[in-house]
Amino acid sequence: MASAVAISEGPLILGNKTPGIVTTDICSSLERTPAPSWWIAIAFSGSMLLLGLVAVAYQIATGIGTWGLNNTVGWAFDITNFVFWVGIGHAGTLISAVLFLFRQKWRTSVNRAAEAMTIFAVICAGLFPLIHMGRPWLAHWMAPYPNTRGSLWINFRSPLVWDFFAISTYFTISFVFWYVGLIPDMATLRDRLKAGWRKRVAGFFSLGWNGSFRTWLHYETVYLLLAGLATPLVLSVHTIVSWDFATSVIPGWHTTILPPYFVAGAIFSGMSMVLSLMLIARKTMRLEDYITTRHVGAMCKILIATGGMVAIAYLTEFVTALYSNNQYEQFAFMNRAMGPLCWSYWIMVGCNVLSPQLLWFKAVRSNMAVVFVVTIFINIGMWFERFVIIVTSLHRDYLPSNWTGYAPTWIEIATLVGSFGLFLTLFLLFCRFVPVIAMAEVKGVLSHGKKPH
Amino acid sequence: MARNHTESRNNCRFLIAIFEREADILAATAEVRRRGQTIADVYTPYPVHGLDKAMDLRPSRLPWVCFALGLAGASFKVWFEFWTSAVDWPINVGGKPWNSLPAFVPVTFEVMVLFAALSTVAAFLFGRRLLPGKRARLASPRVTDNEFALVIEQKDASFSLGEVSAWLREMGASQIEERVEREAF
Repeated sequence: MASAVAISEGPLILGNKTPGIVTTDICSSLERTPAPSWWIAIAFSGSMLLLGLVAVAYQIATGIGTWGLNNTVGWAFDITNFVFWVGIGHAGTLISAVLFLFRQKWRTSVNRAAEAMTIFAVICAGLFPLIHMGRPWLAHWMAPYPNTRGSLWINFRSPLVWDFFAISTYFTISFVFWYVGLIPDMATLRDRLKAGWRKRVAGFFSLGWNGSFRTWLHYETVYLLLAGLATPLVLSVHTIVSWDFATSVIPGWHTTILPPYFVAGAIFSGMSMVLSLMLIARKTMRLEDYITTRHVGAMCKILIATGGMVAIAYLTEFVTALYSNNQYEQFAFMNRAMGPLCWSYWIMVGCNVLSPQLLWFKAVRSNMAVVFVVTIFINIGMWFERFVIIVTSLHRDYLPSNWTGYAPTWIEIATLVGSFGLFLTLFLLFCRFVPVIAMAEVKGVLSHGKKPH
Repeated sequence: MARNHTESRNNCRFLIAIFEREADILAATAEVRRRGQTIADVYTPYPVHGLDKAMDLRPSRLPWVCFALGLAGASFKVWFEFWTSAVDWPINVGGKPWNSLPAFVPVTFEVMVLFAALSTVAAFLFGRRLLPGKRARLASPRVTDNEFALVIEQKDASFSLGEVSAWLREMGASQIEERVEREAF
């Protein structure tokens, strides 16, 4: 078929690989002693983590009065960070589940790392509400269990309880999905390594996997089912996060556009984070044959699409406020764009709406350095988006006598830095001990040894 | 003599043919079935599409586990939310009705997904006997790397090792080995 040839973009994996070469390429970077750059990176991320630990210990011991919050701005930095990190996780599930259902074979090169990123991002996200509780040792009160206080049950009508269930389910499912995908690769590692503790660990976690096709058949069914369950789950998670805001009566929060707006923003921010990390991993771990310009191009196109959705959401909010003829609503949006915190609004627009427009050009998409810079801009922009939504809506509410400003304390900044430290440390350890590319899946998309179609 | 007799009853003879290419294993598997031999299993480094048809395997029934347990989880959660909020200790929250069914939907959905996914994975792992720390019994040491192993069970007396090996080699088998085992791998 001539049309099929015309749209074919060549092989997914470059370099005419055979399954054996894939195993060697991916496993050998785990078997080498790490490069000095890895040690430098982990020292850097470890110090960020240490700073965060000190800050967290201090604020838990002293109380959350160490934050810059006041009576008017009751939510600021911590919830911004929470929403930011949950959003980062969403791209991993998009790549592993949604693109799997859409039969996008290019996902096989990036899904392992993206799913790992999801897990680490959700861990970072979960820390913030935990710290915000003030008494995190009572966190188990969020769970509905028979207790000596009544039993006093949790309030299932509260979006914050929905959020607790959504985030904990999301973490569990993402972890299980990731681990199920890892079982065959753990077996590959086990059969390759020389006797030693790493072989024993790989053997333990590979569950006696022996590549039986009868098992593969059920395995593929499980994978499909998990993808089918994770797809609505990922939509529900950020929808529920947006309900934390949308079910309140604050102008700028109380809108029906929030769920789709949050989901699109989450995928947008997560995809840019995946791309930032994969561009570094590709360079430092020499994975250019696996993560090609075609993969980067596909992810850039997702950025353009989701960035477009986010831009439309920004515009729709203004039109809705104008059309509602509600002066509180109108004021909230004028205040965002022209109030005392307008600089954060324009950082958001510049980074999220303007910078991704560069990706329309093929020359930009195939220039890795420029793509990297754009993804960093989007990461910054998406953090500011959450800051804008949360802080600018709160700081000038219905009563002008309540109006106030907000500035973070160094404790809050150190906690944010610490969460990046945690995320990067976990990611670096992942690159060191787990195959960063799903070998079994990549072997399935090679053209080697297959009948020509 | 008696001991030999029990051994021959408990043990099976397997023929293991190793292939290097996906296309060869697909063709050889179909050919084994065409010739009426019994395939114990095929071992591959990645899921080879079309092998289920070549081996004539029935589709997995795990979707039923997923559906049933997802439904059970969701039903349990709706009942639980109703019971805690409206029966066991009703609390007036902003004048909302005791039985706030629409507000129970999000948590019900999450619990449904959790039940469905975890039970599917658990059923898969127990069903295929994949357990932490289990020793893998491998048809070939490189079957998780780049080799495809076709394992034929020698069921009847008419099985001719020489003949079967000959046509397996013709179909691209790089290595053929006979092994006596208590059960398949």
